[in-house]
Amino acid sequence: MSLSSDIAIIEAEIIDEFSLFDSWEDKYEYIIDLGKKLPPLAAAHKTDDNKVRGCQSTVWLIARYEQGKIYFEADSDALIVKGLVSMLIRVLSGRTPDEILTAELGFIDAIGMHSHLAQTRSNGLRAMIKQMKHYALAFKNINPNQE
Amino acid sequence: MVHHNLREATALTERMDAIRAQFPVLNRKVKSKPLVYFDNAATAQKPITVIQELTRYYEQYNANIHRGIHTLAEEATEAFEATRDAIKDFIHAGAREEIIFTHGTTEAINLVARTWGREHIQEGDEILISAVEHHANIVPWQIVCEEKKANLKIIPVLENGALDIEALPTLLSTRTKLVAVSQASNALGTINPVAQIIEMAHEVGAVVLIDGAQSVVHLDIDVQALNCDFFVFSAHKLYGPTGVGVLYGKQEILESMPVFLGGGEMIKEVSFEKTTYNELPYKFEAGTPNIANVIAFKHALTFVHDLGRDAIRQHEHCLLAYATDLLSQIPSLRILGNTPEKLSLISFVIDNIHPQDLGILLDNQGIAVRTGHHCAQPLMHRYNISGTVRASFALYNTYDEIDVFVEGLKKAVRMLS
Repeated sequence: MSLSSDIAIIEAEIIDEFSLFDSWEDKYEYIIDLGKKLPPLAAAHKTDDNKVRGCQSTVWLIARYEQGKIYFEADSDALIVKGLVSMLIRVLSGRTPDEILTAELGFIDAIGMHSHLAQTRSNGLRAMIKQMKHYALAFKNINPNQE
Repeated sequence: MVHHNLREATALTERMDAIRAQFPVLNRKVKSKPLVYFDNAATAQKPITVIQELTRYYEQYNANIHRGIHTLAEEATEAFEATRDAIKDFIHAGAREEIIFTHGTTEAINLVARTWGREHIQEGDEILISAVEHHANIVPWQIVCEEKKANLKIIPVLENGALDIEALPTLLSTRTKLVAVSQASNALGTINPVAQIIEMAHEVGAVVLIDGAQSVVHLDIDVQALNCDFFVFSAHKLYGPTGVGVLYGKQEILESMPVFLGGGEMIKEVSFEKTTYNELPYKFEAGTPNIANVIAFKHALTFVHDLGRDAIRQHEHCLLAYATDLLSQIPSLRILGNTPEKLSLISFVIDNIHPQDLGILLDNQGIAVRTGHHCAQPLMHRYNISGTVRASFALYNTYDEIDVFVEGLKKAVRMLS
């Protein structure tokens, strides 16, 4: 297993990056910047089927399965959610179904973004994680022998 | 930046420190900054008298009401029924029997839909609502229409947020059995001409329900002068506790309606062969009601009455004018709902910025606004937007808070651009 494929190591990297910020402004400007840099999803993929519904913002998520690994692409109509989505892709894209299914994603809490997972209906982040895990489960079941 | 020239002194601004001291939550900090609470149209904060009565009830006279023979039950019953009388006076109902307690506006509308609606709506009939309705005044009627094969008709809304009243004569007919409209839009703040709608609806024999959830907080309500058949609202937007709603209905209509929920309190006599029902208003109040919160609600009504509804209205109007002026100076900001008569509420969008992003960055500055579709998705579709930012002002809000909000908003826009 290479270093880059270890979810925990990437999470630790992100936590490290965020430890440099000492104000909420810096933190959010960084997330907003990540959102802006995330390549937009092609219009053809922004379909109802690919929508992960939050109450306010919409996230579109697609996944493809290649040689035992799942690759995610995503987009959102809201910039901060898009930045958070960008981090989730960095952590979870290119992993095996098992890695994705067992990921606890503690980094979201550690960088102070836990409120975005709160039980209000205000965003699609929680739904996005659930959807990524659904994909992992689905691909695992399609091809249970492939690691 | 301070815009003193736009700040009109009001009866409330002179006493604002004392008024704000009545609302303990206004002292708290959010994200280490003083709370600026501009989500009043969702729920208002509670004065200390309301909070203290809740405690006093549980500490001194908690008892189930109406049947207890002991002192505590008598005290609780008396206080509970005193709130009913206070509400009757507050909305100028003709009789206390016309005031039914529910869990909220939503339940009150569902009560009418499930009882009056099920009895009177037949196949091919029409229910008329408006394009600015809250989901609570859409979905219950959709359910009735589906069940009865009736049709839901919509009064359109114009670009400025006013209802297209000129469409009414073509929408109303003898097929129209019920008209259900809000007196003011929760998403836009626009005030609807309900007196005119009620009159025209009655001409074709329709019954009219007015959703007063927003309007009752700001406008003087006289249900007899309005001549509406039903009027519904919630306590919690009117500085009262959560979980209490009011259904006003004309007595003869309520008398004729079938019961809603079955259980205790709503019965006169029960045998396994037949149950006879209690009289109004208890006929519609099955089970133990929200006793403590109903009792405490009276103190909210007293609070706004003592402060003076005209004085509150004037203050809120000045806040609205001030905020509208400042927000209008922000480039690419567009206010939705631009009628001359509005509640103290501003709903807006900013080009190319998602309302949720603004809401998150405002929250980080201690500023609470509502973002999203405001449970009025059909209205958002009408304007081809997914949602708005809504800032709504209450009697305890100040010009200084609006300055904080506007500067916070400009900062959020800078961060997102």
